[in-house]
Amino acid sequence: MNAYMAYKVSTRTSLAMFKSKTFFVRRRFSDFLGLYEKLSVKQSLHGCVIPPPPEKSVVGMTKVKVGMDDPSSVEFVERRRGALERYLQRVVSHPTLLQDPDVREFLEREELPRAVNTQALSGAGFLKMINKASDAVNKMTIKMNESDTWFEDKFQEVESEEQQLRKLHVVVDSLVNHRKELCMNTAVFAKSMAMLGNSEDNTALSRALSQLAEVEDKMEQLHQEKAANDFFVLGELLSDYIRLLGAVRGCFDQRIRVWQRWQEAQSTLQKKREAEAKLLWANKPDKLQQAKDEITEKEKVKDFKSHIIKYLESMLQSEQRVIKFWEAFLPEAKAVA
Amino acid sequence: MQEGLDDGPDFLSEEDRGPRAVNVDLQTDATLQVDISDALSERDKVKFTVHTKSSLPNFKQNEFSVVRQHEEFIWLHDSFVENEEYAGYIIPPAPPRPDFDASREKLQKLGEGEGSMTKEEFTKMKQELEAEYLAIFKKTVAMHEVFLCRVAAHPVLRKDLNFHVFLEYGQDLSVRGKNKKEKLEDFFKNVVKSADGVLVAGVKDVDDFFEHEKTFLLEYHTRVKDASAKSDRMIRSHKSTPDPQEGLKSLFFLKVSELFEKTRKIEARVAADEDLKLADLLKYYLRESQAAKDLLYRRSRALVDYENANKALDKARAKNRDVLQAETSQQICCNKFDKISESAKQELIDFKTRRVSAFRKNLVELAELELKHAKGNLQLLQSCLGVLKGNT
Repeated sequence: MNAYMAYKVSTRTSLAMFKSKTFFVRRRFSDFLGLYEKLSVKQSLHGCVIPPPPEKSVVGMTKVKVGMDDPSSVEFVERRRGALERYLQRVVSHPTLLQDPDVREFLEREELPRAVNTQALSGAGFLKMINKASDAVNKMTIKMNESDTWFEDKFQEVESEEQQLRKLHVVVDSLVNHRKELCMNTAVFAKSMAMLGNSEDNTALSRALSQLAEVEDKMEQLHQEKAANDFFVLGELLSDYIRLLGAVRGCFDQRIRVWQRWQEAQSTLQKKREAEAKLLWANKPDKLQQAKDEITEKEKVKDFKSHIIKYLESMLQSEQRVIKFWEAFLPEAKAVA
Repeated sequence: MQEGLDDGPDFLSEEDRGPRAVNVDLQTDATLQVDISDALSERDKVKFTVHTKSSLPNFKQNEFSVVRQHEEFIWLHDSFVENEEYAGYIIPPAPPRPDFDASREKLQKLGEGEGSMTKEEFTKMKQELEAEYLAIFKKTVAMHEVFLCRVAAHPVLRKDLNFHVFLEYGQDLSVRGKNKKEKLEDFFKNVVKSADGVLVAGVKDVDDFFEHEKTFLLEYHTRVKDASAKSDRMIRSHKSTPDPQEGLKSLFFLKVSELFEKTRKIEARVAADEDLKLADLLKYYLRESQAAKDLLYRRSRALVDYENANKALDKARAKNRDVLQAETSQQICCNKFDKISESAKQELIDFKTRRVSAFRKNLVELAELELKHAKGNLQLLQSCLGVLKGNT
């Protein structure tokens, strides 16, 4: 069985380098991973943060492949679609990456050669990956004398933000679980209430109780939507950022390696005074400057903010619906004589 | 932990002044008014100050107070149940035992873990737990008060001598709790009663009214029990919704974290209100419907006794032996049964009226509170969104 999920990637552009103004292609998940692979290899060339793709998930994908039509697999696909979309948008919002021929090919070319060896983030997740990256950095025996305090500060900032985001991710996860439990209990209660309404022999009260059961039922649906909302918007957003920060760390990592090579180049220069060494030496500062520009915050803040706004707006809508439900119930309750 | 009954943090529902008999619709009658004016929580017991105002000649003064503990309330309730004279009435259900164990445990754990959390976290948790303790405390006071008010409102029970002693006698009633032997006896009594109850329930009643009531009550009781349990679970999960505020605070969105803190407070209030208006209502009517079932049981018991007495009389007449004795006992049974039936009918009708109006009142109040909180939430969200959007 070789079924797979294909995602439609549509592009609208006014850039001259593309063959047409609007076009779309179909890509499968491994294609996205393949793109990441290719870009990572060239990362040192770019000296910039390569946005990471979403993780592979064996369980989720198998369910979808088997054609299970249950809500969790629908949810899974939707989640993945959202994550892939954000991934691509981050890639193309990067002026350097946009110039990369691999990116263009990804967006334009009808048929892509199957990507092999796609890097998979393990089931235990990206957190492990971040830990590995940070360990590697810490274990560096060559301590770089950070001459540039800007980098020093930024590094600390990134570290602490990562911690906070991780904490927040945990809380959001538990929030979602709680909502789901509340859902279940509310549904069960609604049924019980309906039964009670049935056995009540005062007709007006019986009707009011059945109405209450219905209201509780609607509340349950609302809770479910809230849970989905929390999960999609906040949870996924946080995962993305944690991964992004992981990539930023990778960039720091790169910088240190670059510095290492610079040192080597320097010593080579001192030892041999060769022209190559001179050239190498000259190039490094440019790359460092570029790295500096990458670790910029503005994008992140704006993105985060718009997501929060969306989240709050949907919360607003739910509250309005809650009000409607209870307002409809009130006259029924008052009608009980 | 000593605590007087004062205004708790605005965490709790607003309705804590005025007649606390929220689950029972009672007319307050000038001739006899009872309430619990104060309560004190000590190590493992609660002391209620029972305050009475009465114009009845039975009492020495017009207004007086005594201090009573939970066991004394139970003693009073049991004395009603055991009194044959009151077999034809719904005995107001006994208030449940004050149970602070869970809350106390949590406070203890908090004290032990004090070193491991920040001062801010500690004070916040402490406040929450104290509010919870206070809420349980207020509830137990309300339930004891409702019991007394029901008795005071009942035309026959209010005249009971034990009740007057309970209200007026200044000293400790020295009612010790049941010892092991007595508890065992109670247990057996209940087993016999439930077995008996099944037997007696099978007897079809000649009177339509009672037949209908019996079926209705049996079903209603089961369903109320179920609804009560489910509502408890729902409210518990509502109360424990965690709070993303902590994490967000450290990020750049101070306004949003404030928002989450406020909405969480509102959610907690919603849960507390639901608890009060819905869960407590269901729990109370669970107990009352049990008391009504007990009444029906007693009546059925009396009916069976009456029928047995009839059979005995027929036998005696056939053998022409001890006829007079059989006749008197049959007469007694007949009277007893008639008396119970008559008062039971009225009691059950009253029960229905009380129940319907209590449900109405609480459902209306529940809806109004839910609306109020939802509108509050809405406002918070709108203002926060306004700030966020304006800040680009």
